[in-house]
Amino acid sequence: MAEPLLRLDSVAYRYPGAEHEALDAVSIEVEEGELVVVAGVSGSGKSTLLRAAAGLVPHFYGGRLAGRVSVAALDTREHGPAEIATVASSVFQDPEAQVVMTSVGAELALPLEARGVGGAAVTRAVEETALALGVGDLLERSTHTLSGGELQRVALAAALVTQPRLLLLDEPTSQLDPVGGDELITSLRRLNEEWGTSVLLAEQRLERCLAAADRVLALDRGRLAWDGPPREFVAWAAELAPELAPPAARMFSLAGLGRLPVGVKDARAELRRLGLPPAGAGAVARPEAGARRRPRFPRRRGSAEAALAVDRLWVEFEDGEPARQAVLRGIDLRVGAGETVALLGRNGAGKSTLLRAAAGLVEASAGRVRAAGDVALLVQSPADYLVHERVEDELAPALVQPVLGELGLAHATGRDPRDLSGGERQRLALGIVLAGRGIGGGAPPAVVALDEPTRGLDRPRKAALAERLGALAARGAAVITATHDVEFAAAVASRCVLLGRGIVMADGPTAEVLSGGRYFATEVARVLWPATGAVLPEQGAALLCADVGEEAVPA
Amino acid sequence: MIGTVPSYRRTGSALHRTRAPVAIAYCLVLALPAVLFDSPIVLAATLVAVIAAALRAGVGGELARAARLAVPLAVLVLVVNPLVSQQGLTVLVDGPIVPVLGNLDVTLEALVYGAVAGLRVLVLLLVFALYSACVHPDHVLRLAGRVAPRSALTASLATRSVPLLARDGRRLAEAYGLRAGVRPAGGMRERLARSATLTRALGAGALERSVDLAAALEVRGYGAIRRFPPARRPWSRQDRAFALAVAALAALGLGARLAGVASFEPYPLLGLDAGSIELVFAAALGLLAIAPFRTERAGRG
Repeated sequence: MAEPLLRLDSVAYRYPGAEHEALDAVSIEVEEGELVVVAGVSGSGKSTLLRAAAGLVPHFYGGRLAGRVSVAALDTREHGPAEIATVASSVFQDPEAQVVMTSVGAELALPLEARGVGGAAVTRAVEETALALGVGDLLERSTHTLSGGELQRVALAAALVTQPRLLLLDEPTSQLDPVGGDELITSLRRLNEEWGTSVLLAEQRLERCLAAADRVLALDRGRLAWDGPPREFVAWAAELAPELAPPAARMFSLAGLGRLPVGVKDARAELRRLGLPPAGAGAVARPEAGARRRPRFPRRRGSAEAALAVDRLWVEFEDGEPARQAVLRGIDLRVGAGETVALLGRNGAGKSTLLRAAAGLVEASAGRVRAAGDVALLVQSPADYLVHERVEDELAPALVQPVLGELGLAHATGRDPRDLSGGERQRLALGIVLAGRGIGGGAPPAVVALDEPTRGLDRPRKAALAERLGALAARGAAVITATHDVEFAAAVASRCVLLGRGIVMADGPTAEVLSGGRYFATEVARVLWPATGAVLPEQGAALLCADVGEEAVPA
Repeated sequence: MIGTVPSYRRTGSALHRTRAPVAIAYCLVLALPAVLFDSPIVLAATLVAVIAAALRAGVGGELARAARLAVPLAVLVLVVNPLVSQQGLTVLVDGPIVPVLGNLDVTLEALVYGAVAGLRVLVLLLVFALYSACVHPDHVLRLAGRVAPRSALTASLATRSVPLLARDGRRLAEAYGLRAGVRPAGGMRERLARSATLTRALGAGALERSVDLAAALEVRGYGAIRRFPPARRPWSRQDRAFALAVAALAALGLGARLAGVASFEPYPLLGLDAGSIELVFAAALGLLAIAPFRTERAGRG
């Protein structure tokens, strides 16, 4: 029998100075041509598993490794990452830390040139890989002018240009909008099917990739909790690890429908099989399903009533490549006190610019922005707020205990902020921005704006954040969240604003906006489309139960 | 401060389209007179030539940004030289005698020589800015990678880190202003303390990213990088024009130096050759520096 492409045999690993094993008795095999998804909450060991497969553990990170890891019969104890790289390529979460060259074309050529390949072979490989990943138009661009999503695709192309047998990906869609995320997963599936590249993909948003997977591994505190096909995984997750169950599966589970689906297509087929086709066009979830949890602040009322009023806002940037461009083109927006609004849109749609304009960080070319009071802005990277050596130094002395206590960070008072986990950093950054004005006492500011606050957060941490933002809104703050995460938007916002090419393309109640499109729609909405109104699993389940009535549902 | 260091910007100028070895040589010969000559006439002509070349290359803005660092440095040299150099006979200010430092007289000759030295600093920094803005770092890496690939990779990473650090610095400063209870820094001490905090955070962030970057380099196999294969590309019109200019500027500069043209003696009394031959030499420097840019017009025509 052929040796599996990747084999971990009773692997246990502990980082230097760590109290617990990051991987504990993990044994897995990945065959040639498989696309395997690695699931698990933050800290479950997903990244460590990928590092072990790449040879970084223990060669780069040190620590104590027990058991055996082999990639294409190369034992990682004897062969370092450079040798493993001849058969396996890796892409990590932060694309900024992976790009070496200053132009995209050179970045893609480097892995080949570094192996001594030259001439036409390089040109052809670069061209073909760029086309496969949809970065052909970027080849002449400077890497420092690319957006996070573009940079991530370039990093993936650079990893693929040498045609590795195994691709190791650590949350590659975390910086991408829903369209980009779907395109990336589709590209991976195509590469897997047509090039035969095996893929080991760690991902938080399982709804994006489960349907493309051949197999799912689930890790829980370093241990392998599940290894099996996606369909069986969703059944297992719905019962034993609900934080990992994708929305459609949770909807089916809540509705008591027997066979849980692994994706939208599967769910729709299952509904048809059960004689439960998605309700006809115009069907609306019942109000008690909670689609409109708060009365929406009406648009176009007097600006005196709005916590934030944006009038014909036009913003242009001179960014070198491409030349001067309008990022916002005459935006009108009103957000009321106590309202929770999600700003959605593709990378570059203008979400961040709108928030920055609200906070006074961007000068308008035309139009104006008025706020009823302070605007607190949490920017994309929480690390930008961490400028001191101890957590307590980040806050005014009188606010250290109340803020850290409220955020559940009291244990970290004396630690270096950069040693905190991603979720802890995000909470601390929120505390720094809102210390004494909504967190740790005081009244919240008129507007609380957050730019991509869920990047790298698992579902339980997203739920906690949504709860915290809801509490701020309940105390009168207008909460505006720019996000690519439509599932989070559905959970946190009563209203969604969809931006595209600098204009407002849709603005309405969350249940309407997120069930009226194909990409900017939750998985539940896509399953139930063209029915409108149900975007969360609970709402979808209520809609399905209404169709089923009291009758038992066949398994 | 890091924002004053220009990074490569494609403008499509003749210099940008010239192959890296020739473009590098062109920048070097532009700096050559500043190294070979003390004459303020030659230095001023070189400064004009560098500015003219930058304008023709479409990177005048980059040069202006670099000047924000270079001009204060040049002024500093101008100010410090008369204080530390006690040569020259024309005393402008009869200074005190300070223990350790000695006599602090300020002479006209030391002041002029300080200005010349400052001008030289200015020229060299602006030539470096022209190089940074016009010569593609990836082409330089490929060139260097044929000899010392690891060093070339390190140099490329350093080059890429400049705009990255500048962006990080802007983001950190912006986020600092968004903290609850933070007001604009008042006095100098407060501004310095804030700058120190942000600089430290910038360093910590860069170190954090460097660990991830090092891991990325490992898994891409760049630890076992080989010498780059040579790139085969025919010589273009721009390549030839700039190569000719390089040869002519080098011959002119070295020839003038050997012939003793444009001599300048700052001490003990100022002595400057400023005849017609010096003026012709200075004009030739400027004309030769911008001559190869005429290939742009020829190309369009």
